[in-house]
Amino acid sequence: MDMKRHHYEDVQFLHGWANKFWFAVFVVLVIAAPYMFPAQLFLISLIGVNIIIALGLNILTGNTGQISLGHAGFVAIGAYTTVVLMQSWMIPFPAALIAGGILAMLFGVILALPALRLEGPYLAIATLAFGIAIKIILGNIPGLGGHNGISVIGMDLGFTMITSEVGIYYVIAGIALVMGIAARNIVKSRVGRAFQAIRDSDIAASAAGINLAGYKTMSFMISAFYAGIAGGLWAVLLGYINPNMFEFVVSIEYFAMVVVGGLGFVAGSVMGAAAVTYLRVNSDNLNSVPVIGWLLDLMSIDLTVQTGVTWVITGIVLILVVVLEPLGLYGIWLRIKIYWRTWPF
Amino acid sequence: MSNNPFFTVDKISKSFGGLQALKELSFHVNKGEIYSVIGPNGAGKSTLFNCINGIYKPDTGSVKIQGQEITGLRPDQVAAHKISRTFQNIELFSNMTTMDNILLGRHMHMKTGVFSASAMLWKNSFSAKDETEHRRKVDEIIDFLDLQASRNKLVSQLPYGIQKIAELGRALATEPELLLLDEPAAGLTNEEREDLIFWIRDIRDELGITIILIEHNIQMVSEISDRIIAINFGKKLVEGTVQEVTNNPDVVRAYLGAD
Ligand SMILES: Nc1ncnc2c1ncn2[C@@H]1O[C@H](COP(=O)(O)OP(=O)(O)OP(=O)(O)O)[C@@H](O)[C@H]1O
Ligand SMILES: [Mg+2]
Repeated sequence: MDMKRHHYEDVQFLHGWANKFWFAVFVVLVIAAPYMFPAQLFLISLIGVNIIIALGLNILTGNTGQISLGHAGFVAIGAYTTVVLMQSWMIPFPAALIAGGILAMLFGVILALPALRLEGPYLAIATLAFGIAIKIILGNIPGLGGHNGISVIGMDLGFTMITSEVGIYYVIAGIALVMGIAARNIVKSRVGRAFQAIRDSDIAASAAGINLAGYKTMSFMISAFYAGIAGGLWAVLLGYINPNMFEFVVSIEYFAMVVVGGLGFVAGSVMGAAAVTYLRVNSDNLNSVPVIGWLLDLMSIDLTVQTGVTWVITGIVLILVVVLEPLGLYGIWLRIKIYWRTWPF
Repeated sequence: MSNNPFFTVDKISKSFGGLQALKELSFHVNKGEIYSVIGPNGAGKSTLFNCINGIYKPDTGSVKIQGQEITGLRPDQVAAHKISRTFQNIELFSNMTTMDNILLGRHMHMKTGVFSASAMLWKNSFSAKDETEHRRKVDEIIDFLDLQASRNKLVSQLPYGIQKIAELGRALATEPELLLLDEPAAGLTNEEREDLIFWIRDIRDELGITIILIEHNIQMVSEISDRIIAINFGKKLVEGTVQEVTNNPDVVRAYLGAD
C-alpha cells in the first residue's frame, strides 16, 4: 500500500493556508489592539501576562497531568526577582526578567521533589502550601518592602527605558507570542509526547523508556519558568509588587484558566486566560459583562456593589465546564469550527 | 563465559504482604526463542513480567540479559536494555492517536529536547527532522501490523482487538531484543488471533526478536512456542518442549483444577 504521507505536515506549525491566514489575522489584531481598544490597554496587557502563565500551567496540568494550585508562588518569585534585580542591582530588564524565570524554574525543581511521590489531592495540597508559603516568606524578607511591596518604573533596557503603556504592551505581547509558539512546539514533539504519555499511563510510559522523575521535573521547570517570566512582566505592567498579589486564590484563578480554556490545548490556554482575566477585571461591574450581565439582568440581580463575587462566578463556570464541556472553550471552538465546515449541509 | 544464555531469571521471589506471588523461580531463554509462560489465574505470570521490567522489584534473585544484571532497575532503565513489553490490561495513551502511541515507542531513539522542540519552525529544523524521520519508521510498523485505518484515530476509539495490536506496535517501536507479551490474544476474535500468531512468528523470524509470551490459550501456545514453562503458586511446575509440558500430569491437573 503506497499511501502518500506528509510526515512534516503532521507537526508543521501553521500547516495549510487556512491556519496561516488565521494566524496572520491574529498577529495583526495583536499589533493593532492598542489602537483598536485604547481604553482597554491594561486589560489586554494583563491578558497577555496571564496567557503566559496559563501556557506554562497547561503544560504541567493539561499535558503532564500534574496538578498545581501554587502557581502564584512561581509568579511571585519571578516578579520579585525581576524587580529587585532592576531596582537594587541596576540590572537591565531583559536580564532581570530571564533571571526571574530561571529562579522560578529552580523552585520548580524543589516543588517537583514532593510531586514525584504525591498524586492527585495530595499533590494539590502540597502545591497549595508552596504557593502560600512563598507569599508569606516574601512578605517577611527585609528589604522587599513587607506588605507594602516595592514600586517599579518601566523596563530599563540599558540603552533606553520603556515606560509607556503601549510599549509595555508590545513587550508583553511579543514575549507571549514567542512563548505560545514554543509551548505549541514542545507539546507537538518528543518532550510533550512524553508528558502526555505520563498523564495517560505512567507505567506504559516508563516501560517505553521515559524517566518519570526526570520528565515530571522537567514539566515543573518549564511551567515555573513560564510563570516566572509572566511575574516579571506583571510587575512592570502594574508598576508595583506586593505579597497580596500572590494570594492563593490567584493560583486557583490560574488553574481555572486552563480548565475553562481546555486542558492540554495551547489555544485553550489563550482562550481561558482571556476569559477569566476579563471576568476578573470586570468583577465589580459584572452586570455590564456580555452574556453573564444579560443573565444577571434577566434574573434582576445587581452585582455592581458585591465584592468577591468573581470567585463565585469562576467557581460556577469551572463546574459548568467540567460537567458540560470538558474540553473547555477550546472544545466549544472546535465544535463551532466543525459546524461551519459542514455548513450549510 | 561465551555460552551465557541470552536471558536468565535466577531464583526470583516476590511477596505481597503475606502472599508469595513468586517463589525462587528460575529459567533461561535462548536468543531467538519463543518461550511461553503458562499457569492458572494468580499463578504469578504477570508478576514475573513486572519483576523483569522493573515495575516491581523482586525481593531476592536476579535477572540478566546478555550477562548484564538488570535486577531492581527502573522500567525505563530496563527498556534501555532493549526489553519491551505489552500489558495484560491494555496500557495505551488513551488521549493520543495510534500514530502518537507508537511514536512514543521511538522516544529512546529520538533526540529532541526542550530547546530544539521549541524551535520546530521550519522543515529542516532539528526537531522537525527528528519527527519526520521517526514518523516514517512508525508508518513502517503501521503497515506491518495493518493499522493504516487507525493511524490518526484516538486509540480510545478503537475496538479492543485493534488496541492490543497498537500496543504491540508501540512495543516494537522501541526496537527491543526481548519482547514480553502478557496475554496478547486474550479477548481477540479467532481471526484476530490467527493474524497475531502470524505476526509473532514474523517478529521473531524477520526481526530476530526473542519473545516471552504469557498465554492461556494452550492451542496457540502449542502452535508457536519453542519451549514452555508452566508455573503455579509462583513456582515452576515443569519446563520443556511443547510435548513435554502439555503432557505433564501436573500441568493437566493444574489447568483442570483452575478452569
Ligand atoms: N500489586 C499487588 N499487590 C498485591 N498482590 C498482588 C499484586 N500484584 C499481584 N498480586 C497477587 O499476586 C498473585 C499473582 O498475580 P499475577 O497477576 O502475577 O497472576 P497471573 O498469573 O498473571 O494471573 P492471571 O492469569 O489472572 O493474569 C495474585 O494472587 C495477585 O493477587
Ligand atoms: Mg496476569
